[in-house]
Amino acid sequence: MTQSDVLVAEPKPEPEAAAPVRRHRRPLAALPYVIIGIYLLTAFFGPMLVDYDPVATSVKGRLLPPGSETATGTAWLGTDGVGRDVLAQVVYGARTSFIIGIAVVFLSGLIGVALGAIAGYFGRLPDMAVSRTIDVLMAFPGILLAIVISGLLERGMHVVIIALSVGGWVGFARLSRSITMSTRERDWVDAARIMGVSKPATLTRHIAPFLAGSVIALATIELASAVLSEAALSFLGLGLPPDVVSWGQSIANGRDYLATAWWITVFPGLALTILVICIGLVGDKLTRRYTRTRD
Amino acid sequence: MIHYLAKRLAIGLLTIWGVVSAVFVVIRLAPGDQATVALGPGAKAEEIAALRHSLGLDESLVVQYFSYLGDVATLDFGQSYRYGRPAMQAVLERFPATIELTIAATVIAILVGLVLGVVAGHRPGSLVDQAVSTFTLGLQAVPPFWIGIMLILLFALQAKMLPSAGGGSFPHLVLPAITLSIPFTALVARMTRSGVAETMTEAFVQTARSKGLTETQVLGGHVLKNSLIPVVTVVGLQIGTLLGGAVVIETVFAWPGLGQLLVSAVGNRDYAVVQGATFLIAICVIVLNLAADLVNAKLDPRIRVEARR
Repeated sequence: MTQSDVLVAEPKPEPEAAAPVRRHRRPLAALPYVIIGIYLLTAFFGPMLVDYDPVATSVKGRLLPPGSETATGTAWLGTDGVGRDVLAQVVYGARTSFIIGIAVVFLSGLIGVALGAIAGYFGRLPDMAVSRTIDVLMAFPGILLAIVISGLLERGMHVVIIALSVGGWVGFARLSRSITMSTRERDWVDAARIMGVSKPATLTRHIAPFLAGSVIALATIELASAVLSEAALSFLGLGLPPDVVSWGQSIANGRDYLATAWWITVFPGLALTILVICIGLVGDKLTRRYTRTRD
Repeated sequence: MIHYLAKRLAIGLLTIWGVVSAVFVVIRLAPGDQATVALGPGAKAEEIAALRHSLGLDESLVVQYFSYLGDVATLDFGQSYRYGRPAMQAVLERFPATIELTIAATVIAILVGLVLGVVAGHRPGSLVDQAVSTFTLGLQAVPPFWIGIMLILLFALQAKMLPSAGGGSFPHLVLPAITLSIPFTALVARMTRSGVAETMTEAFVQTARSKGLTETQVLGGHVLKNSLIPVVTVVGLQIGTLLGGAVVIETVFAWPGLGQLLVSAVGNRDYAVVQGATFLIAICVIVLNLAADLVNAKLDPRIRVEARR
């Protein structure tokens, strides 16, 4: 069961819900939000503060350990195999991850919600077409399609975004379809129909608002998986042009120096891991909230 | 049941057709066709035109598509320009290694995941439960390919206990199998935990305890069996994800499997191998999903009833 299945499934009463009466407030609960905030700030403003030239090389400044002095200042996280600053790679990589992650979630969310809502509301042929497409895409691992698409087509950020969205919209479509199907049967939808509200207006004004919470929860989870998939693709050397800095690419670059210069691989990977865990924590929290309050 | 299976089979065929067609479209959209890629940048225009003609690339797209579908139906994916022999042969050669890795990862995931899940679900809300839940949440989120590299750093380069790359022996299998199993272990643990937690509230657990059974007997004999069904469903459904993960992990560990072949074929634009490998993976996923469906129906009478509707 993937995360989207949890959202799709009918909310079940949690067996342990009765036991703890009232949890006292945990100050740590805010931590993931704070960390994601720091990442966002870094992605937005970091590139203005840190200079990075992806094609510059420095023979003297190669493979310096963290904290070394270089010609341009202190390399807090060390330098890589051609003398580029690892900290700068982490900062620029954050920007790439967010741009691609957010674009993928936005694109696949838009397509998925639209198709899912149409399938759930109109049923019959539209539902058949969307559901069978979902079945097909569910059966085949999305990362493989992404590898084939981003590896064979011309390199570019937009290609990576499209490649990851091809499989990404399915979760949104399943979720929207199932919520639309149950909301369609509610009294206010009948009332709208009797009052002569058109079908598109009913769908957008009386049904779509009920998708919002669950879709946002799913979007958070999908953001984590898009960031992860992008890193995996650039780790494999597929998709992004070589001059776009990305964590996956830095991790791959550091593999050759693993025994002597661990910092090239460890820091970008750590940056990726912490971000994905924090987004996952937030997504989990949102999922729990919206599966409980639905209906 | 027959009706249900027929439906699943139809979806399977539809999936294969979808995957095969998608790969066809992507290859036609890619810069440079089979002929230019195979002959390299130094080739003369006449040579390219001749090869293009012999490959049928000068036909219309519709004709190409149907002749391609015909080739796929007869399992003929053409020559791999890179390996100089039929692509399917190269693909099938790499297949056992991937199966070996996937099975090893599945076994680890089920064993570790079940233990973690039972321990956590036994007393929901307890400290152990919270610790295990946090741990599995972390496991589910970490990027497996990076964890793989970290394992290489720790166990192959620092401790020098295990080989870092390659295949062929049991020590080679350990690190890739553990790495591949990580997200899957987390998933099995979380599913088992919620299943066990739910079953613990059932009346028959109370009865078993009243009979004087030890807690281990209650868990092993009564609770576990009843919480296994969702786990089997998940294992079946996630086989595809596992194979997808294997593609990346094989590259990390230079494991000589299908995934590594696919990634290098994509990099080399060896279209015949790309087509053959994606086709074989699609077949695998569908067969395994179908198998999981059957096992599930065997385990859970409710599914048989639902399938009949």
